[in-house]
Amino acid sequence: MSMNSVGRPTRPEAPANDASTATLTGGRGLLQDEPLIFELGGWDKSGVDLPEATGVDDALDGLLRHDPIGLPGLSEPEIMRHYVRLSQKNHAIDLALYPLGSCTMKHNPRLNEKMARLPGFSDIHPLQPVSTVQGALGLMDQLAHWLKTLTGMPAVALSPKAGAHGELCGLLAIRAAHEANGQGHRKTVLAPTSAHGTNPATAAFAGYTVKEIGQTDDGRVDLADLAAKLGPDVAAIMVTNPNTCGLFEREVIEIARLTHEAGAYFYCDGANFNAIVGRVRPGDLGVDAMHINLHKTFSTPHGGGGPGAGPVVLSAALAPYAPTPWVVAGEDGFKLVEHEEEEAAAAFGRLTAFNGQMGMYVRALSYMLSHGADGLRQVAEDAVLNANYIKARLSDVMSPAFPDGPCMHEALFDDAWLEGTGVTTLDFAKAMIDEGFHPMTMYFPLVVHGAMLIEPTETESKYELDRFIAALRALAHAAKAGDVDRFKNAPTQAPLRRLDETLAARKPRLKWSSVSPAPLAAE
Amino acid sequence: MRYLPLTPDDRAEMLSVIGVKSIDDLFVDVPAAARRTGVVDLPLHAGELEVERELSALAARNRTAGSGPFFCGAGAYRHHVPASVDHIIQRSEFLTSYTPYQPEIAQGTLQVLFEFQTQVAALTGLEVANASLYDGSTGAAEAVMMANRITRKGKAVLSGGLHPHYVRSIETLAHAAGVATDTLAAAVDAEAAVIDAIDADTACVVVQTPNVFGTVTDVTRIAEAAHAAGALLIVVTTEAVSYGLLKSPGEMGADIAVAEGQSIGNGLNFGGPYVGLFACREKYMRQIPGRLCGETVDAEGRRGFVLTLSTREQHIRRDKATSNICTNSGLCALAFTIHMSLLGEQGLRRLAALNHDRARKLKAALAATPGVEVLTDRYFNEIAVRLPRDAAEVVETLAGAGVIAGVPYSRLAPQAGMDDVLLLAATELTSDADIALLQKALTKVIAQ
Repeated sequence: MSMNSVGRPTRPEAPANDASTATLTGGRGLLQDEPLIFELGGWDKSGVDLPEATGVDDALDGLLRHDPIGLPGLSEPEIMRHYVRLSQKNHAIDLALYPLGSCTMKHNPRLNEKMARLPGFSDIHPLQPVSTVQGALGLMDQLAHWLKTLTGMPAVALSPKAGAHGELCGLLAIRAAHEANGQGHRKTVLAPTSAHGTNPATAAFAGYTVKEIGQTDDGRVDLADLAAKLGPDVAAIMVTNPNTCGLFEREVIEIARLTHEAGAYFYCDGANFNAIVGRVRPGDLGVDAMHINLHKTFSTPHGGGGPGAGPVVLSAALAPYAPTPWVVAGEDGFKLVEHEEEEAAAAFGRLTAFNGQMGMYVRALSYMLSHGADGLRQVAEDAVLNANYIKARLSDVMSPAFPDGPCMHEALFDDAWLEGTGVTTLDFAKAMIDEGFHPMTMYFPLVVHGAMLIEPTETESKYELDRFIAALRALAHAAKAGDVDRFKNAPTQAPLRRLDETLAARKPRLKWSSVSPAPLAAE
Repeated sequence: MRYLPLTPDDRAEMLSVIGVKSIDDLFVDVPAAARRTGVVDLPLHAGELEVERELSALAARNRTAGSGPFFCGAGAYRHHVPASVDHIIQRSEFLTSYTPYQPEIAQGTLQVLFEFQTQVAALTGLEVANASLYDGSTGAAEAVMMANRITRKGKAVLSGGLHPHYVRSIETLAHAAGVATDTLAAAVDAEAAVIDAIDADTACVVVQTPNVFGTVTDVTRIAEAAHAAGALLIVVTTEAVSYGLLKSPGEMGADIAVAEGQSIGNGLNFGGPYVGLFACREKYMRQIPGRLCGETVDAEGRRGFVLTLSTREQHIRRDKATSNICTNSGLCALAFTIHMSLLGEQGLRRLAALNHDRARKLKAALAATPGVEVLTDRYFNEIAVRLPRDAAEVVETLAGAGVIAGVPYSRLAPQAGMDDVLLLAATELTSDADIALLQKALTKVIAQ
């Protein structure tokens, strides 16, 4: 999902005045100061023992690499220390609440990891004979069945590699359908101002012009504006539901009706499916295509920024245009449709070389089987309950962006309550770091001033929620009491103080160099 | 349920704090017509033991690469991954964190990305690299889009040596964006032919080395021809280990290098998740798709790392972004970096030489097999051969005999008229005994 912390280059506002934390070595207790791998020697050794090769084929004369490559190698103990030390500089779900709104940072069950590592799944090649991978194809077929049943949609394209890739898949299917129906002139995609940045970026990538749809005061799609903009040039609308304000689009069925009446398709951004899984089927809402982030709703790990997986469920109207490959069940086992011929003649193409994120399919199915139909419904209910609990318990000290009515799986606040304190949303977020929590999503959605989007997920206990709420309440009181330095200096307890993002962008240094220039210094 | 901490008492208490009677009151915004009262028609929850049993049964129905002679390559390669790699990537702090939006508490991930970018730039011989893409094929498609933005020309020339699935991935994205493609006929030694296809409208040429038939090509002349026409050269590599033996794309004049990084640190996983490597000339830095990690300092002047140049990206630029990418392949990039940091230059060169060595053995054995014609002259660890029979049938028959003989080219491109061509790869895991078994089985099938 999109987040604005990196979108607003920031630099420390206060002078460094906290020298008391300095040590002689740069290490701080359990936190070691760790150089780059390139600064640890290792230019003439390796941590892998391999036999010597006997020779090179003469045909490669003139094609060999002779110049130094510039890669250090270290022994296993050195490597373990290096990366374990680095790991300790990361926040993680396993450490504390990670309430990034729209990202669904829930617990990652370790059974899923164990299952994905079964050699029967991890040590099989995407191009070995299909007769030798019937279990893998069976797993993909079963995952597809779960996704179709949970969404009430007739088809699914599994191969997209992440949510944004899924958006692309959906829009390309829509485009192919329009072209097949003589509607190729439709070149506009409508999306609300509150949409994830990936929506307009994907639409542009798929060759569309994007127009924004307005929003009502209660945080929903403005139906009148939508109706006015739905014309013969519109190919699709892209609407997130529950939306990026954490609210269910009450008029979603009417949105679908208007869209279809205008000859356009309804693409639903399914980033927030976690809020409704097992309780609402997007197919019942009139959705034509929706991606599902397996790394959000279905608990596959976020891994520091991927890999994700973004299967796309499709309506009957779009199903024929799904990209290859896909699995079909036959009398003598499963087969893999890999080319745009015969039953796949209408496929819009191919999105990636192989079968998509198999490792994520295994994890997601492991999660689905564990929860079952009943557990997944409880997932949605607890996710929504936790978010509303946070909203209820913070509303007297912070300002909810949409105070009336319940939210879904995330609680959205604006920065009106910080007015006059001298503290910004960013400062507040950085102060949360000092209290041991990952900040919420900041400055997104764009439609809410100084937005703070809190998504606790269903895997937080009441104890942990109460601890989080107490921390935010204490911080809110501190901000209102004029303790501005606490916020401007924050974080003081993290491995590093606030970083100079402006400098990084102004003087890009994207790799280590042996002819190391002087250390960067703030201007 | 073992993943849900709330108890019924917790839920009741929380509902009362919120001020509603039941959970249904929190779903009131859902239209009545779409509210489902019962559970969907799927199995109910299951214990860890039951899930493990069910998935293990599915896993057991697959023939693993490690269980016998195995020669599949064509874009995914079976290599040995040191045990420490998988241990480190399962550390909670790496596994259960997200994109480093808050750099003060994500220096672990950020420093790894900086190391990864440095390694990828070194391997490809180019100046800057990004923090990874989904895989090699999507990276190739992104590179074509990038070349189109830079040159403002509308055509990509795709070599006949480019992996057919890469070709289709590029064509799919390019055509959607209005970029034309000129895909040349498949040929074992196909790279030189692209020179003739370059014209004034050409934004880029995409060549692969080693190519899908295993052929290694010095693309220097192609680079010169492309540059003379104002086009960029994109060099694709599906076997990243080859960087340890062969001239780098940068050394041969590539403007953009794209690779599948799976071979280093990552397993076969039936095709994903993998990790796309992406590097280019520094002057194109602001047109790079995906995340970039950069060096900076904190408030006390200490070195640190942040995501940077984000004004290229979707969350800022929205419909003007260089790509729609958000999530990439972080954990696979971590695995790549750890494995590469264990190998070092010495280990990588040795690993690459060993792969080539095994392929020499394989080639010699195949050349000595009656009826088999070796098609690839200049190879790294993969070769194409012509069989006297349909290659797909031979592969199926040999699979029945316990030998996974490789990838029939027709599996990748059924319409290419190369039904008798078989692609075989050897890696450091290919033993003499594996090669002997293949040769024996192949001899028998051909004689039938």
